[in-house]
Amino acid sequence: MPANRFNGHSDYGIGIGLRVPHYTHILSKKPVVDWFEIISENFMVEGGRPLQLLDSILEQYRVVQHGVSMYFGSADKPDRTHLRRLKALVKRTKTPWLSDHLCWGSVDGTYTHDLLPMPYTFAAARRTAEKIRQIRDYLEVPICVENVSSYAEFHASEMTEWEFLTEVVELADCGILLDVNNIYVSSKNHGFNPYDYVNNVPHHRVGQMHIAGHTKFEKYILDTHDHPVLDPVWKLYAHATRLCGITATLLEWDDKIPSFDEVHGEALKANEFIDGAKKAAV
Amino acid sequence: MKRPPKHAPSRIGSTADLRSFQRMMATAIVRPLTAEDHLQPRWIDGRPMDSVAAEFIKPNDRLTSFERLQLYNRMYWFRLFDAIRDDCPGLLAALGERAFSRLAQAYLERCPSRSFTLRDLCSRLERFILDNPRLTAPRTALAAEIARFEWAQTVAFDGEARPVVAPEHIARTPPSRLRLGLQPYVTLLRLRYPIDSYVIAVKRRDALRAEASNTRGDAAVVHRAFRRVARPRSGLTHVAVHRHNNRLFYKRLDPGAFRVLEALGAGRTLSSAIAAAGPGARPEQVKGWFKSWMTLGWFCAHGNKRRRAAS
Repeated sequence: MPANRFNGHSDYGIGIGLRVPHYTHILSKKPVVDWFEIISENFMVEGGRPLQLLDSILEQYRVVQHGVSMYFGSADKPDRTHLRRLKALVKRTKTPWLSDHLCWGSVDGTYTHDLLPMPYTFAAARRTAEKIRQIRDYLEVPICVENVSSYAEFHASEMTEWEFLTEVVELADCGILLDVNNIYVSSKNHGFNPYDYVNNVPHHRVGQMHIAGHTKFEKYILDTHDHPVLDPVWKLYAHATRLCGITATLLEWDDKIPSFDEVHGEALKANEFIDGAKKAAV
Repeated sequence: MKRPPKHAPSRIGSTADLRSFQRMMATAIVRPLTAEDHLQPRWIDGRPMDSVAAEFIKPNDRLTSFERLQLYNRMYWFRLFDAIRDDCPGLLAALGERAFSRLAQAYLERCPSRSFTLRDLCSRLERFILDNPRLTAPRTALAAEIARFEWAQTVAFDGEARPVVAPEHIARTPPSRLRLGLQPYVTLLRLRYPIDSYVIAVKRRDALRAEASNTRGDAAVVHRAFRRVARPRSGLTHVAVHRHNNRLFYKRLDPGAFRVLEALGAGRTLSSAIAAAGPGARPEQVKGWFKSWMTLGWFCAHGNKRRRAAS
Protein backbone atom coordinates (compact mmCIF):
# COMPACT_ATOMS: atom_id res chain seq x y z
CA MET A 1 0.00 0.00 0.00
CA PRO A 2 2.82 2.57 0.27
CA ALA A 3 2.14 4.20 -3.07
CA ASN A 4 -1.28 5.82 -3.07
CA ARG A 5 -2.88 8.96 -4.40
CA PHE A 6 -2.29 10.73 -1.10
CA ASN A 7 1.48 10.52 -1.40
CA GLY A 8 1.61 11.11 -5.13
CA HIS A 9 1.87 7.37 -5.90
CA SER A 10 5.44 7.52 -4.65
CA ASP A 11 7.29 4.63 -3.07
CA TYR A 12 9.42 6.23 -0.39
CA GLY A 13 11.05 4.27 2.43
CA ILE A 14 12.61 5.60 5.60
CA GLY A 15 13.70 9.22 5.75
CA ILE A 16 14.91 11.72 8.30
CA GLY A 17 14.37 15.42 8.87
CA LEU A 18 16.91 17.75 7.25
CA ARG A 19 18.41 19.70 10.15
CA VAL A 20 21.11 22.39 10.36
CA PRO A 21 23.69 20.43 12.45
CA HIS A 22 23.83 17.78 9.72
CA TYR A 23 24.24 20.05 6.68
CA THR A 24 28.03 19.79 6.48
CA HIS A 25 28.02 16.04 6.93
CA ILE A 26 25.34 15.50 4.29
CA LEU A 27 26.95 17.74 1.70
CA SER A 28 30.48 16.45 2.24
CA LYS A 29 29.89 12.74 2.91
CA LYS A 30 26.80 12.30 0.77
CA PRO A 31 25.34 9.51 2.93
CA VAL A 32 22.76 7.19 1.43
CA VAL A 33 19.36 8.36 2.69
CA ASP A 34 16.12 7.41 1.01
CA TRP A 35 14.60 10.85 1.45
CA PHE A 36 14.68 13.99 3.55
CA GLU A 37 11.75 15.84 5.02
CA ILE A 38 12.22 19.60 5.06
CA ILE A 39 10.31 22.11 7.16
CA SER A 40 8.75 24.20 4.41
CA GLU A 41 8.88 27.46 6.37
CA ASN A 42 12.68 27.26 6.68
CA PHE A 43 12.93 27.57 2.91
CA MET A 44 10.03 29.91 2.14
CA VAL A 45 12.48 32.77 1.75
CA GLU A 46 13.46 34.87 -1.21
CA GLY A 47 17.15 34.09 -1.47
CA GLY A 48 20.43 33.45 0.29
CA ARG A 49 21.96 30.42 1.88
CA PRO A 50 18.77 28.47 2.70
CA LEU A 51 17.83 28.16 -0.97
CA GLN A 52 21.40 27.49 -2.05
CA LEU A 53 21.58 24.66 0.45
CA LEU A 54 18.21 23.30 -0.59
CA ASP A 55 19.26 23.24 -4.23
CA SER A 56 22.40 21.29 -3.30
CA ILE A 57 20.28 18.76 -1.42
CA LEU A 58 17.79 18.50 -4.29
CA GLU A 59 20.60 17.62 -6.68
CA GLN A 60 21.23 14.41 -4.76
CA TYR A 61 18.22 13.52 -2.64
CA ARG A 62 14.45 13.16 -2.70
CA VAL A 63 12.74 15.76 -0.54
CA VAL A 64 9.26 15.95 0.94
CA GLN A 65 7.84 19.16 2.37
CA HIS A 66 6.36 19.30 5.84
CA GLY A 67 4.80 22.52 7.10
CA VAL A 68 4.20 23.90 10.57
CA SER A 69 2.13 27.02 9.98
CA MET A 70 -0.64 26.37 7.47
CA TYR A 71 -3.10 25.97 10.34
CA PHE A 72 -5.80 24.13 8.42
CA GLY A 73 -8.01 24.40 11.50
CA SER A 74 -7.83 28.17 12.00
CA ALA A 75 -11.08 29.98 11.30
CA ASP A 76 -9.06 32.58 9.36
CA LYS A 77 -8.83 32.35 5.59
CA PRO A 78 -5.55 31.00 4.20
CA ASP A 79 -2.80 33.62 4.09
CA ARG A 80 -2.20 34.46 0.42
CA THR A 81 1.44 35.44 0.90
CA HIS A 82 2.05 32.17 2.66
CA LEU A 83 0.39 30.18 -0.11
CA ARG A 84 2.25 32.01 -2.85
CA ARG A 85 5.60 31.31 -1.23
CA LEU A 86 4.64 27.73 -0.49
CA LYS A 87 3.69 27.12 -4.10
CA ALA A 88 7.02 28.51 -5.29
CA LEU A 89 8.75 26.06 -2.97
CA VAL A 90 6.58 23.15 -4.14
CA LYS A 91 7.67 23.89 -7.69
CA ARG A 92 11.29 24.03 -6.60
CA THR A 93 11.31 20.76 -4.62
CA LYS A 94 8.79 18.85 -6.75
CA THR A 95 7.59 17.31 -3.52
CA PRO A 96 5.31 14.34 -4.34
CA TRP A 97 3.04 15.25 -1.45
CA LEU A 98 2.92 17.93 1.20
CA SER A 99 2.00 17.63 4.84
CA ASP A 100 0.95 19.97 7.61
CA HIS A 101 -0.89 19.62 10.88
CA LEU A 102 -4.51 19.16 11.84
CA CYS A 103 -4.49 22.07 14.21
CA TRP A 104 -4.93 25.80 14.48
CA GLY A 105 -2.43 28.45 15.59
CA SER A 106 -3.50 31.86 14.37
CA VAL A 107 -6.55 34.06 14.72
CA ASP A 108 -7.28 37.46 13.19
CA GLY A 109 -3.81 37.32 11.63
CA THR A 110 -1.97 36.94 14.94
CA TYR A 111 0.27 33.88 15.09
CA THR A 112 1.03 31.80 18.17
CA HIS A 113 3.61 29.65 16.34
CA ASP A 114 2.17 26.63 18.10
CA LEU A 115 0.22 23.58 16.93
CA LEU A 116 -2.94 24.05 18.98
CA PRO A 117 -5.53 21.28 19.33
CA MET A 118 -8.90 21.57 17.66
CA PRO A 119 -12.29 21.35 19.28
CA TYR A 120 -13.55 18.12 17.71
CA THR A 121 -16.85 19.31 16.28
CA PHE A 122 -18.61 18.75 12.98
CA ALA A 123 -18.60 22.45 12.14
CA ALA A 124 -14.84 22.66 12.79
CA ALA A 125 -14.31 19.57 10.63
CA ARG A 126 -16.30 21.11 7.77
CA ARG A 127 -14.37 24.38 7.94
CA THR A 128 -11.03 22.58 8.16
CA ALA A 129 -11.83 20.28 5.23
CA GLU A 130 -12.93 23.24 3.14
CA LYS A 131 -9.58 24.96 3.76
CA ILE A 132 -7.61 21.84 2.94
CA ARG A 133 -9.46 21.55 -0.38
CA GLN A 134 -8.83 25.22 -1.20
CA ILE A 135 -5.16 24.92 -0.39
CA ARG A 136 -4.70 21.68 -2.29
CA ASP A 137 -6.42 23.14 -5.35
CA TYR A 138 -4.10 26.13 -5.24
CA LEU A 139 -0.90 24.18 -4.61
CA GLU A 140 -1.76 21.35 -7.01
CA VAL A 141 -0.11 18.70 -4.86
CA PRO A 142 -1.58 15.93 -2.66
CA ILE A 143 -1.92 16.87 1.00
CA CYS A 144 -1.55 14.68 4.07
CA VAL A 145 -2.71 16.08 7.42
CA GLU A 146 -0.86 15.14 10.57
CA ASN A 147 -2.43 14.45 13.95
CA VAL A 148 -0.79 16.62 16.63
CA SER A 149 0.15 15.80 20.19
CA SER A 150 -1.97 17.74 22.64
CA TYR A 151 -2.20 18.73 26.27
CA ALA A 152 -5.78 19.98 26.43
CA GLU A 153 -9.25 18.75 25.51
CA PHE A 154 -12.36 20.86 25.17
CA HIS A 155 -15.89 20.66 26.52
CA ALA A 156 -17.20 21.65 23.10
CA SER A 157 -15.85 18.50 21.41
CA GLU A 158 -18.50 16.24 19.91
CA MET A 159 -16.32 13.24 19.01
CA THR A 160 -12.97 11.58 19.63
CA GLU A 161 -9.80 12.85 18.01
CA TRP A 162 -9.62 9.92 15.59
CA GLU A 163 -13.24 10.43 14.60
CA PHE A 164 -12.47 14.09 13.96
CA LEU A 165 -9.40 13.21 11.89
CA THR A 166 -11.49 10.75 9.87
CA GLU A 167 -14.29 13.29 9.38
CA VAL A 168 -11.83 15.90 8.10
CA VAL A 169 -9.90 13.67 5.71
CA GLU A 170 -13.07 12.11 4.29
CA LEU A 171 -14.65 15.54 3.70
CA ALA A 172 -11.44 16.93 2.24
CA ASP A 173 -10.59 13.70 0.42
CA CYS A 174 -6.99 14.05 1.53
CA GLY A 175 -4.36 11.82 3.07
CA ILE A 176 -3.14 11.27 6.61
CA LEU A 177 0.34 11.70 7.99
CA LEU A 178 -0.06 9.34 10.91
CA ASP A 179 2.26 10.43 13.72
CA VAL A 180 2.34 7.42 16.00
CA ASN A 181 4.41 9.22 18.62
CA ASN A 182 1.79 11.98 18.78
CA ILE A 183 -0.93 9.37 19.19
CA TYR A 184 0.99 7.81 22.05
CA VAL A 185 1.70 11.17 23.73
CA SER A 186 -1.94 12.28 23.50
CA SER A 187 -3.20 8.89 24.67
CA LYS A 188 -1.21 9.27 27.88
CA ASN A 189 -2.24 12.91 28.33
CA HIS A 190 -5.93 12.21 27.75
CA GLY A 191 -6.31 8.64 28.88
CA PHE A 192 -7.40 6.82 25.74
CA ASN A 193 -6.14 3.62 24.19
CA PRO A 194 -3.69 4.47 21.38
CA TYR A 195 -4.59 1.23 19.59
CA ASP A 196 -8.22 2.39 19.36
CA TYR A 197 -6.93 5.45 17.52
CA VAL A 198 -4.78 3.48 15.07
CA ASN A 199 -7.50 0.87 14.52
CA ASN A 200 -10.16 3.41 13.66
CA VAL A 201 -8.58 5.80 11.16
CA PRO A 202 -9.06 5.11 7.42
CA HIS A 203 -5.91 3.13 6.73
CA HIS A 204 -6.09 3.52 2.98
CA ARG A 205 -5.60 7.27 3.39
CA VAL A 206 -2.32 7.03 5.30
CA GLY A 207 0.37 8.41 3.01
CA GLN A 208 3.17 8.81 5.53
CA MET A 209 4.05 8.08 9.16
CA HIS A 210 6.09 9.95 11.73
CA ILE A 211 8.03 8.47 14.60
CA ALA A 212 9.85 10.45 17.30
CA GLY A 213 10.95 10.54 20.91
CA HIS A 214 9.12 12.23 23.77
CA THR A 215 9.72 13.21 27.38
CA LYS A 216 7.75 12.01 30.40
CA PHE A 217 7.00 14.40 33.21
CA GLU A 218 5.17 13.67 36.42
CA LYS A 219 1.72 14.65 35.19
CA TYR A 220 2.00 14.70 31.41
CA ILE A 221 4.15 13.77 28.43
CA LEU A 222 5.66 16.38 26.12
CA ASP A 223 6.34 15.79 22.45
CA THR A 224 9.94 16.97 22.60
CA HIS A 225 11.57 15.17 19.63
CA ASP A 226 14.83 15.06 21.59
CA HIS A 227 15.18 11.34 22.31
CA PRO A 228 15.33 8.04 20.49
CA VAL A 229 11.94 6.47 19.80
CA LEU A 230 10.58 4.74 22.90
CA ASP A 231 9.55 1.13 22.91
CA PRO A 232 5.76 1.64 23.20
CA VAL A 233 5.92 3.94 20.16
CA TRP A 234 7.80 1.31 18.13
CA LYS A 235 5.12 -1.22 19.07
CA LEU A 236 2.39 1.16 18.00
CA TYR A 237 4.28 1.82 14.76
CA ALA A 238 4.51 -1.91 14.09
CA HIS A 239 0.77 -2.21 14.64
CA ALA A 240 0.05 0.75 12.35
CA THR A 241 2.31 -0.72 9.67
CA ARG A 242 0.44 -4.01 9.82
CA LEU A 243 -2.85 -2.17 9.30
CA CYS A 244 -1.79 0.47 6.79
CA GLY A 245 0.87 -1.40 4.89
CA ILE A 246 4.48 -0.40 4.57
CA THR A 247 4.41 3.37 4.47
CA ALA A 248 6.92 6.18 3.94
CA THR A 249 8.26 6.79 7.44
CA LEU A 250 10.11 9.74 8.87
CA LEU A 251 12.00 10.06 12.14
CA GLU A 252 11.73 13.52 13.73
CA TRP A 253 14.65 14.59 15.94
CA ASP A 254 14.57 18.36 16.47
CA ASP A 255 16.32 19.11 19.74
CA LYS A 256 19.56 17.88 21.36
CA ILE A 257 20.32 16.56 17.88
CA PRO A 258 23.06 13.90 17.89
CA SER A 259 25.30 12.96 14.96
CA PHE A 260 23.83 12.27 11.57
CA ASP A 261 24.72 8.58 11.86
CA GLU A 262 22.94 8.26 15.18
CA VAL A 263 19.76 9.88 13.88
CA HIS A 264 19.81 7.86 10.68
CA GLY A 265 20.54 4.66 12.58
CA GLU A 266 17.57 5.30 14.84
CA ALA A 267 15.33 5.85 11.82
CA LEU A 268 16.50 2.66 10.16
CA LYS A 269 15.31 0.65 13.15
CA ALA A 270 11.91 1.02 11.52
CA ASN A 271 13.06 -1.63 9.01
CA GLU A 272 12.80 -4.23 11.72
CA PHE A 273 9.10 -3.50 12.13
CA ILE A 274 8.53 -3.22 8.42
CA ASP A 275 10.07 -6.67 7.96
CA GLY A 276 7.75 -7.95 10.68
CA ALA A 277 4.77 -6.50 8.83
CA LYS A 278 5.95 -8.12 5.59
CA LYS A 279 6.19 -11.54 7.23
CA ALA A 280 2.79 -11.11 8.83
CA ALA A 281 1.32 -10.29 5.42
CA VAL A 282 2.69 -13.48 3.81
CA MET B 1 -6.36 40.14 17.53
CA LYS B 2 -9.93 41.17 18.24
CA ARG B 3 -11.30 41.12 21.74
CA PRO B 4 -12.44 37.63 22.77
CA PRO B 5 -16.06 36.88 23.71
CA LYS B 6 -17.03 37.20 27.36
CA HIS B 7 -17.46 33.42 27.52
CA ALA B 8 -16.10 30.67 25.28
CA PRO B 9 -18.89 29.19 23.14
CA SER B 10 -20.29 26.08 24.80
CA ARG B 11 -21.13 24.67 21.37
CA ILE B 12 -19.11 25.16 18.19
CA GLY B 13 -21.66 24.88 15.41
CA SER B 14 -20.30 27.40 12.92
CA THR B 15 -17.12 29.04 11.71
CA ALA B 16 -18.09 32.10 13.74
CA ASP B 17 -18.21 29.94 16.90
CA LEU B 18 -14.86 28.44 15.99
CA ARG B 19 -13.39 31.92 15.60
CA SER B 20 -14.77 33.00 18.98
CA PHE B 21 -13.33 29.91 20.59
CA GLN B 22 -9.94 30.51 18.99
CA ARG B 23 -9.93 34.17 20.05
CA MET B 24 -10.63 33.10 23.61
CA MET B 25 -7.86 30.54 23.74
CA ALA B 26 -5.31 32.61 21.80
CA THR B 27 -5.93 35.59 24.08
CA ALA B 28 -5.20 33.39 27.08
CA ILE B 29 -2.06 31.93 25.50
CA VAL B 30 -0.46 35.23 24.49
CA ARG B 31 -1.11 36.98 27.81
CA PRO B 32 2.17 37.54 29.67
CA LEU B 33 3.19 35.03 32.31
CA THR B 34 3.42 36.08 35.95
CA ALA B 35 6.83 36.70 37.48
CA GLU B 36 6.83 33.04 38.51
CA ASP B 37 6.08 31.91 34.94
CA HIS B 38 2.48 31.02 35.72
CA LEU B 39 -0.72 31.73 33.85
CA GLN B 40 -2.19 34.97 35.14
CA PRO B 41 -4.62 34.35 38.02
CA ARG B 42 -7.29 36.70 36.61
CA TRP B 43 -8.89 36.92 33.19
CA ILE B 44 -9.05 40.23 31.30
CA ASP B 45 -12.43 41.04 32.91
CA GLY B 46 -11.17 40.28 36.42
CA ARG B 47 -12.79 36.85 36.84
CA PRO B 48 -10.65 34.09 38.37
CA MET B 49 -8.69 32.43 35.58
CA ASP B 50 -9.31 28.92 36.87
CA SER B 51 -13.07 29.32 36.39
CA VAL B 52 -12.58 30.87 32.92
CA ALA B 53 -10.28 28.01 31.85
CA ALA B 54 -12.75 25.45 33.22
CA GLU B 55 -15.46 26.90 30.95
CA PHE B 56 -13.80 25.51 27.84
CA ILE B 57 -10.96 23.16 28.82
CA LYS B 58 -11.59 19.78 30.40
CA PRO B 59 -9.51 18.83 33.42
CA ASN B 60 -8.14 15.31 33.78
CA ASP B 61 -7.13 13.21 36.78
CA ARG B 62 -3.70 14.91 36.93
CA LEU B 63 -4.12 18.45 35.64
CA THR B 64 -6.74 21.14 36.19
CA SER B 65 -8.11 23.14 33.26
CA PHE B 66 -5.94 26.04 34.45
CA GLU B 67 -2.79 23.89 34.42
CA ARG B 68 -3.52 22.56 30.95
CA LEU B 69 -3.98 26.06 29.58
CA GLN B 70 -0.83 27.15 31.41
CA LEU B 71 1.22 24.59 29.47
CA TYR B 72 0.34 26.35 26.23
CA ASN B 73 0.83 29.80 27.75
CA ARG B 74 4.34 28.87 28.88
CA MET B 75 5.28 27.21 25.61
CA TYR B 76 4.22 30.35 23.72
CA TRP B 77 6.37 32.69 25.77
CA PHE B 78 9.37 30.40 26.05
CA ARG B 79 9.34 29.81 22.28
CA LEU B 80 9.10 33.50 21.41
CA PHE B 81 11.66 34.55 24.00
CA ASP B 82 14.09 32.00 22.55
CA ALA B 83 13.47 33.31 19.05
CA ILE B 84 14.02 36.95 19.96
CA ARG B 85 17.18 36.14 21.92
CA ASP B 86 18.55 34.18 18.98
CA ASP B 87 17.90 37.09 16.62
CA CYS B 88 19.17 39.86 18.91
CA PRO B 89 22.39 38.83 20.66
CA GLY B 90 23.77 42.37 20.35
CA LEU B 91 20.70 43.96 21.90
CA LEU B 92 20.75 41.43 24.71
CA ALA B 93 24.41 42.17 25.42
CA ALA B 94 23.89 45.93 25.36
CA LEU B 95 20.82 46.01 27.61
CA GLY B 96 21.61 43.14 29.92
CA GLU B 97 19.35 40.26 30.85
CA ARG B 98 16.72 42.11 32.90
CA ALA B 99 16.20 45.10 30.64
CA PHE B 100 16.20 42.89 27.56
CA SER B 101 13.57 40.58 29.03
CA ARG B 102 11.39 43.55 29.98
CA LEU B 103 11.72 44.95 26.46
CA ALA B 104 11.05 41.59 24.80
CA GLN B 105 7.93 40.99 26.85
CA ALA B 106 6.54 44.45 26.18
CA TYR B 107 7.33 44.15 22.48
CA LEU B 108 5.75 40.73 22.07
CA GLU B 109 2.74 41.81 24.09
CA ARG B 110 2.06 44.88 21.98
CA CYS B 111 3.45 43.64 18.66
CA PRO B 112 2.55 39.94 18.55
CA SER B 113 3.68 37.99 15.52
CA ARG B 114 1.71 38.77 12.35
CA SER B 115 3.72 36.47 10.13
CA PHE B 116 3.66 32.71 9.57
CA THR B 117 7.41 32.68 10.18
CA LEU B 118 9.38 33.59 13.30
CA ARG B 119 11.98 35.01 10.93
CA ASP B 120 9.90 38.22 10.85
CA LEU B 121 9.51 38.49 14.62
CA CYS B 122 11.89 41.43 15.06
CA SER B 123 10.86 43.42 12.01
CA ARG B 124 9.09 46.06 14.13
CA LEU B 125 11.47 46.08 17.09
CA GLU B 126 13.39 49.24 16.19
CA ARG B 127 10.16 51.23 15.79
CA PHE B 128 8.85 49.85 19.07
CA ILE B 129 12.02 50.85 20.92
CA LEU B 130 11.80 54.39 19.57
CA ASP B 131 8.11 54.63 20.44
CA ASN B 132 8.68 53.35 23.98
CA PRO B 133 11.93 54.96 25.08
CA ARG B 134 11.45 54.38 28.81
CA LEU B 135 11.94 50.63 28.28
CA THR B 136 15.53 51.12 27.19
CA ALA B 137 16.44 54.42 28.84
CA PRO B 138 19.11 55.72 29.04
CA ARG B 139 20.32 53.68 26.07
CA THR B 140 17.38 54.08 23.71
CA ALA B 141 19.37 55.41 20.75
CA LEU B 142 21.91 52.63 21.04
CA ALA B 143 19.23 49.97 21.48
CA ALA B 144 17.28 51.19 18.44
CA GLU B 145 20.40 51.17 16.28
CA ILE B 146 21.33 47.65 17.34
CA ALA B 147 17.78 46.45 16.64
CA ARG B 148 17.94 48.02 13.19
CA PHE B 149 21.33 46.47 12.55
CA GLU B 150 20.25 43.00 13.67
CA TRP B 151 17.13 43.15 11.52
CA ALA B 152 19.35 44.12 8.56
CA GLN B 153 21.27 40.90 9.17
CA THR B 154 18.06 38.89 8.83
CA VAL B 155 17.32 40.65 5.55
CA ALA B 156 20.87 40.07 4.31
CA PHE B 157 20.72 36.38 5.22
CA ASP B 158 17.77 35.38 3.08
CA GLY B 159 16.46 38.49 1.31
CA GLU B 160 15.69 38.50 -2.37
CA ALA B 161 18.52 38.69 -4.90
CA ARG B 162 17.52 40.25 -8.22
CA PRO B 163 19.36 39.84 -11.52
CA VAL B 164 22.52 41.93 -11.51
CA VAL B 165 22.58 44.80 -14.00
CA ALA B 166 24.97 44.00 -16.86
CA PRO B 167 28.05 46.26 -17.10
CA GLU B 168 27.21 46.78 -20.79
CA HIS B 169 23.86 48.31 -19.83
CA ILE B 170 25.61 50.72 -17.51
CA ALA B 171 28.25 51.53 -20.13
CA ARG B 172 25.79 52.33 -22.90
CA THR B 173 23.27 54.35 -20.87
CA PRO B 174 23.99 58.06 -20.38
CA PRO B 175 24.61 58.78 -16.66
CA SER B 176 21.97 61.49 -16.76
CA ARG B 177 19.36 58.82 -17.58
CA LEU B 178 20.73 55.75 -15.84
CA ARG B 179 18.94 54.64 -12.66
CA LEU B 180 20.20 51.67 -10.68
CA GLY B 181 18.50 49.75 -7.93
CA LEU B 182 20.21 48.22 -4.93
CA GLN B 183 19.76 44.54 -4.20
CA PRO B 184 16.92 44.03 -1.67
CA TYR B 185 19.28 42.13 0.63
CA VAL B 186 21.58 45.17 1.01
CA THR B 187 20.69 47.58 3.82
CA LEU B 188 22.47 50.91 4.16
CA LEU B 189 22.80 52.15 7.72
CA ARG B 190 23.92 55.53 8.95
CA LEU B 191 24.62 54.87 12.62
CA ARG B 192 25.57 57.01 15.59
CA TYR B 193 27.54 54.11 17.06
CA PRO B 194 29.93 51.57 15.49
CA ILE B 195 27.38 48.80 15.85
CA ASP B 196 29.14 46.54 13.38
CA SER B 197 32.26 46.27 15.54
CA TYR B 198 30.15 45.83 18.64
CA VAL B 199 28.06 42.99 17.18
CA ILE B 200 31.22 41.25 15.96
CA ALA B 201 32.68 41.48 19.48
CA VAL B 202 29.49 40.07 21.00
CA LYS B 203 29.43 37.18 18.55
CA ARG B 204 33.08 36.40 19.34
CA ARG B 205 32.28 36.47 23.05
CA ASP B 206 29.29 34.19 22.58
CA ALA B 207 31.34 31.77 20.49
CA LEU B 208 33.95 31.70 23.24
CA ARG B 209 31.19 31.12 25.78
CA ALA B 210 29.99 28.14 23.76
CA GLU B 211 33.55 26.87 23.64
CA ALA B 212 33.83 27.30 27.40
CA SER B 213 30.82 25.11 27.92
CA ASN B 214 32.85 22.30 26.37
CA THR B 215 35.91 23.01 28.50
CA ARG B 216 34.41 23.42 31.92
CA GLY B 217 37.62 22.51 33.67
CA ASP B 218 39.49 25.51 32.29
CA ALA B 219 38.63 28.35 34.68
CA ALA B 220 40.55 30.95 32.68
CA VAL B 221 38.63 30.17 29.52
CA VAL B 222 35.34 30.34 31.36
CA HIS B 223 36.29 33.67 32.93
CA ARG B 224 37.20 35.19 29.58
CA ALA B 225 34.10 33.79 27.97
CA PHE B 226 31.75 35.52 30.36
CA ARG B 227 33.45 38.88 30.26
CA ARG B 228 31.05 41.63 29.28
CA VAL B 229 31.60 43.32 25.93
CA ALA B 230 31.99 47.06 26.46
CA ARG B 231 29.12 49.05 24.98
CA PRO B 232 30.19 51.11 21.98
CA ARG B 233 31.00 54.79 22.33
CA SER B 234 29.32 57.14 19.92
CA GLY B 235 30.93 57.59 16.52
CA LEU B 236 29.24 58.21 13.19
CA THR B 237 29.44 55.04 11.14
CA HIS B 238 28.25 54.26 7.63
CA VAL B 239 27.84 50.61 6.87
CA ALA B 240 26.15 48.29 4.40
CA VAL B 241 24.87 44.99 5.77
CA HIS B 242 24.88 42.51 2.88
CA ARG B 243 25.83 39.03 1.81
CA HIS B 244 28.40 37.73 -0.62
CA ASN B 245 28.56 34.12 -1.72
CA ASN B 246 25.74 33.62 0.79
CA ARG B 247 27.86 34.74 3.73
CA LEU B 248 26.92 37.71 5.86
CA PHE B 249 29.16 40.81 5.73
CA TYR B 250 29.25 44.33 7.14
CA LYS B 251 30.96 46.76 4.77
CA ARG B 252 32.09 50.10 6.12
CA LEU B 253 31.45 52.92 3.67
CA ASP B 254 32.98 56.31 3.16
CA PRO B 255 30.28 58.96 3.93
CA GLY B 256 30.42 60.12 0.31
CA ALA B 257 30.02 56.57 -0.97
CA PHE B 258 27.07 56.11 1.40
CA ARG B 259 25.38 59.21 -0.02
CA VAL B 260 25.86 57.92 -3.57
CA LEU B 261 24.27 54.58 -2.75
CA GLU B 262 21.50 56.26 -0.78
CA ALA B 263 20.73 58.51 -3.75
CA LEU B 264 20.71 55.58 -6.17
CA GLY B 265 18.41 53.67 -3.85
CA ALA B 266 16.08 56.66 -3.77
CA GLY B 267 15.79 56.53 -7.55
CA ARG B 268 18.09 59.35 -8.56
CA THR B 269 20.06 59.11 -11.80
CA LEU B 270 23.68 58.04 -11.78
CA SER B 271 24.98 61.55 -12.46
CA SER B 272 22.77 63.03 -9.76
CA ALA B 273 23.80 60.31 -7.29
CA ILE B 274 27.49 60.87 -7.95
CA ALA B 275 27.00 64.56 -7.32
CA ALA B 276 25.63 63.61 -3.90
CA ALA B 277 29.08 62.34 -2.96
CA GLY B 278 30.10 65.96 -2.51
CA PRO B 279 32.94 68.05 -3.82
CA GLY B 280 35.55 66.14 -1.84
CA ALA B 281 35.06 62.92 -3.78
CA ARG B 282 37.76 62.39 -6.38
CA PRO B 283 36.81 60.75 -9.71
CA GLU B 284 39.26 57.89 -9.16
CA GLN B 285 37.79 57.31 -5.74
CA VAL B 286 34.22 57.19 -7.09
CA LYS B 287 35.37 54.82 -9.84
CA GLY B 288 36.85 52.56 -7.18
CA TRP B 289 33.59 52.53 -5.22
CA PHE B 290 31.60 51.51 -8.24
CA LYS B 291 34.11 48.83 -9.18
CA SER B 292 33.77 47.33 -5.72
CA TRP B 293 29.95 47.51 -5.72
CA MET B 294 29.76 45.99 -9.19
CA THR B 295 32.03 43.14 -8.07
CA LEU B 296 29.75 42.52 -5.12
CA GLY B 297 26.72 42.44 -7.42
CA TRP B 298 24.87 45.15 -5.55
CA PHE B 299 23.15 46.75 -8.55
CA CYS B 300 19.92 45.51 -10.03
CA ALA B 301 17.27 47.13 -12.17
CA HIS B 302 15.69 50.14 -10.55
CA GLY B 303 12.10 49.51 -9.51
CA ASN B 304 9.62 49.64 -6.69
CA LYS B 305 11.32 48.34 -3.62
CA ARG B 306 11.36 48.74 0.06
CA ARG B 307 13.14 51.75 1.52
CA ARG B 308 16.85 51.41 0.94
CA ALA B 309 18.50 53.60 3.50
CA ALA B 310 17.81 54.23 7.13
CA SER B 311 19.46 56.98 9.07
